[in-house]
Amino acid sequence: MTGSRTHQGGIIDRNKTISFTFDGKRYQGHPGDTLASALLAQGVVLFGRSFKYHRPRGVMSAGVEEPNALVGVGTGGRYEPNTRATDLFIYEGLVAESQNRWPSLSFDLGAVIGLVGRFVPAGFYYKAFLGKPGLWKFYEYFIRRAAGLGQPPVEPDPDSYEHRAAFCDVLVVGAGPAGLAAALSASALGERVMLVEQDIALGGGLIRDANSMEGLPAQAWITKALSTLTERGVRILNRTTAIGYWDHDLLTLAQKLVEPGQAPEDGQAAQRLWRVRAKKVVLATGALERPLPFAGNDKPGVMLAQAVRTYVNRFGITPGAKAVIATCNDDAYKTAFALADAGCEIVAILDSRSESPSEIVKAAVARFKVRIDAQILEAAGGPGGLTGITAEAGGQKLQLSCDLVAASGGFSPVAHLHMQAGGTLSWDEAKGAFAPNTSRQNQVTVGAASGVDEANTSASGLTPPKAVDTKHSFVDFQNDVTLADIDLAWQEGYRSVEHVKRYTTLGMATDQGKTSNIVGLARLAALEGRPVPQVGLTTFRPPYTPTTLGLLAGHATGKHLAVIRRPPLFDLHTEHNPLWLPSGYWMRPRAYPRNAETLHAAAMREARTVRQGVGWVDVSTLGKFEVAGPDAAAFLERVCATTVAKLAVGRGRYSFMLREDGIVMDDGTVWRIGPERYLLTSSTGGADRMSHHLAYVRQVLAPEMRVAIANVQEHWAGIAVAGPKAKTLLAQLAPDLDIPRHMSVARSQIAGVPVLILAASYSGERAFEIYAAGKDIVPVWQAIATQGTDHGGCAYGLEALEILRIEKGHVVVGGEIDGRTTPHDLGLDRMLNPKATYVGAPALQRPDLQSSTGRLRMVGLESETPIPEGSMLVSSIPGTPQGHVTGAGQRILEDGYVALAFLRDGSERLGEHLVAWSPSRGAKAPVSVVDPVFYDHEGARYRD
Amino acid sequence: MQLITCPHCGPRAQAEFEFDRAVESVLALDATEAEAVARLYRRENPKGWSWELWRHSAGCGVFLKLHRHTVTHEIAEVSLLDAAP
Repeated sequence: MTGSRTHQGGIIDRNKTISFTFDGKRYQGHPGDTLASALLAQGVVLFGRSFKYHRPRGVMSAGVEEPNALVGVGTGGRYEPNTRATDLFIYEGLVAESQNRWPSLSFDLGAVIGLVGRFVPAGFYYKAFLGKPGLWKFYEYFIRRAAGLGQPPVEPDPDSYEHRAAFCDVLVVGAGPAGLAAALSASALGERVMLVEQDIALGGGLIRDANSMEGLPAQAWITKALSTLTERGVRILNRTTAIGYWDHDLLTLAQKLVEPGQAPEDGQAAQRLWRVRAKKVVLATGALERPLPFAGNDKPGVMLAQAVRTYVNRFGITPGAKAVIATCNDDAYKTAFALADAGCEIVAILDSRSESPSEIVKAAVARFKVRIDAQILEAAGGPGGLTGITAEAGGQKLQLSCDLVAASGGFSPVAHLHMQAGGTLSWDEAKGAFAPNTSRQNQVTVGAASGVDEANTSASGLTPPKAVDTKHSFVDFQNDVTLADIDLAWQEGYRSVEHVKRYTTLGMATDQGKTSNIVGLARLAALEGRPVPQVGLTTFRPPYTPTTLGLLAGHATGKHLAVIRRPPLFDLHTEHNPLWLPSGYWMRPRAYPRNAETLHAAAMREARTVRQGVGWVDVSTLGKFEVAGPDAAAFLERVCATTVAKLAVGRGRYSFMLREDGIVMDDGTVWRIGPERYLLTSSTGGADRMSHHLAYVRQVLAPEMRVAIANVQEHWAGIAVAGPKAKTLLAQLAPDLDIPRHMSVARSQIAGVPVLILAASYSGERAFEIYAAGKDIVPVWQAIATQGTDHGGCAYGLEALEILRIEKGHVVVGGEIDGRTTPHDLGLDRMLNPKATYVGAPALQRPDLQSSTGRLRMVGLESETPIPEGSMLVSSIPGTPQGHVTGAGQRILEDGYVALAFLRDGSERLGEHLVAWSPSRGAKAPVSVVDPVFYDHEGARYRD
Repeated sequence: MQLITCPHCGPRAQAEFEFDRAVESVLALDATEAEAVARLYRRENPKGWSWELWRHSAGCGVFLKLHRHTVTHEIAEVSLLDAAP
């Protein structure tokens, strides 16, 4: 096969030249060329090596279905592997390379092995290595090196990708004649229309066939249609593929703003993902031609008949000089005429049908050598191109010399989007094709995609000649699956199409079997003696064509991966350069190290300061809800598992909330801040869940209650001041304040800012949570810090808070409250409201939740050595796990280490000696089981 | 991405809503233990039409009752809770 450029014709701009490289060699092409057409025009035959057998491969198609001519394109972080050379429009400076070859494309060592070695049949690796893991480990390196296609890029992608949403009345997918006609008629009615086309040029089959429409030449008609659509305000997106059809007529479109590997202009995105919600969708996605099954049908020089015509009519190329046309339909005859008119010799037309009455066949018989009942058995040739074919015609064998085979095995309507939308297909036995039948969504399929076939196609294109060499007749070209592989799978008992697919990898390559699935199905159906529809179909999954992951991510990469919520004191903390810890979506200081302290050293210093003097911590992110109304107390007794109604005005209490299954969901405090007004707090990370839960109880379970809920999490910023000197400090900050007792509420002013003071302690020391409006909190913190420092105090972070609360035996959501623990497990059952009016009360009666035996119960652990967090509790190493450690720390003022843990029947096992063992960290500690409160058991320190 | 027509806000994308639970698994506060087990653990999981509770969390915040097909995702009805099914 030697391709060359004709002197005229096509829609390329012959006045301009583009220069690019392929495997380091410089080539030229014209604007409008694909990489495939530009290389074919310059006589390039070999584009790559195949996945498994390293067979030489050239160009088979002229579109997105290409399984053979896959290249790597671009450099550095813009490198894109497995790009179809037929779906890549050349640009100045394009760098492309072939794949899966070593040391070079023309001399590939893998191919040498492929020639001398036996072919690797389906399931070879399963059988060869089953039960021999050592053998697999030895060979894996070589097998992985030998197989595969392109390598992914190593460097980060420098490009950005956009997401956009759109709405329209009619979305037309595909701008061939059917799609253009649909867009014209819809826009004529005044509908808002979007028209998308994956190609760079509109026209679809009109460009390929260069026929006339409504008395105009194809290109003139397309130009006229385009200007009419533009005048009517139709949004036309070329180089845009509808990759997915989702629920309720939502489609995702992938728009290429630059070609693969091409650098966009500064500040511009490389691709754009559209989410389009349409009232109606018209699918005009055309049909894909199928290859014919014969030995060597994958060799460079064997192409699809329509693709050959595309190269002649669109790109002005003759892909060969001497062509054989092999077909099961009339359409491929057009290719014979197009090639002959461009100066090629037509060696023969081999038609697998017995007859066709159409005009084009009669015209062909008059001009060319046409053989009926004829099929190719084998194509001969190598990396340099084809040399000839062996065929069978009317029972006779014949040898023909040629450098191009234009083959047509019939057409598969592109029903991918129709199927993604939940449609059904019907099988046309005569033509051998599935076409859309019923639709579930507001969608119609038109044109060739609907199964319209004017080519008198015969299903004979799906049946290989009896004498064919099945081991070299490829079905799935990209994954190197042959007819013999499908036969083997069937012989070994695979019947389900889904199993055959996975065993042979048929249709599992990046082309998702666009050209191969039906051929494989037909083979399976023939083996079973059943009609094709009974064999079944595999699922059509989005995306329709390979999509770069960057496009799906859009801007959500790097620091934009998730939102960062900054509490009002964020900037102030930043000045002290703390270590940060994400808490929910919030960024909170973990510790404020001084003089190159480690995290642990800083946290221990901060915790000691709290135990001995005073410290302050930003607690702004806690969940906070104001609940008001005549039924507020009754409502809170539905949400909280403790009593609430008994609270006097100005008093508060610790509380916790259950899920409906009786498991503890969250905990916090509830404060009666007015006669019919309460403030409820929850954990930072659980605040959104609590907000939803409150709405559920309010709207669904207790709609009759007169109560209003406001989420004030982000309104109130808060600072907890804790330590033996906290009371003195607060008295200085608010001289007029009558210092509230533990679990009491007060209002005052600090630094001129109105504050709400809740006397509650998480650390175990006398403490006050001081709340002010977020916008006013900065001077409050500054006043506390200034005066607190005079008392030898310091700010503390989440790490110190953790050490303090573990020593005090306070539970935390996400630690001990882990979605599996009941109030009994946590030792909170004595606080349960005896009236049991709360959510979770019915399920909590379940005997297995009430039972005191067999459940993991919270205990404390003591040790002389550090207790590994997350470790398991065993009697001795190795042993059966009897529990696990949820939080561990060092004693703050004394020597030793403590931890909170869950131990089976733990509350009855105080005094036992166990080992906390973490094999993954290689750490262990001997521990004693004790009560979980290690510090100030009586709570004397926070009461005056 | 399903399209759900909120009676307050009109047709909105599914991203604005949260699925809460099947209506059948709503448990009254005064339910018995047996009822809790039946509704939470032993309820039907139909392949087909199902009554579901959703909330327009990123919109008006209202809880809605949806009659939705769990296979095709068709939505036959969206109503406020006080309306009869």
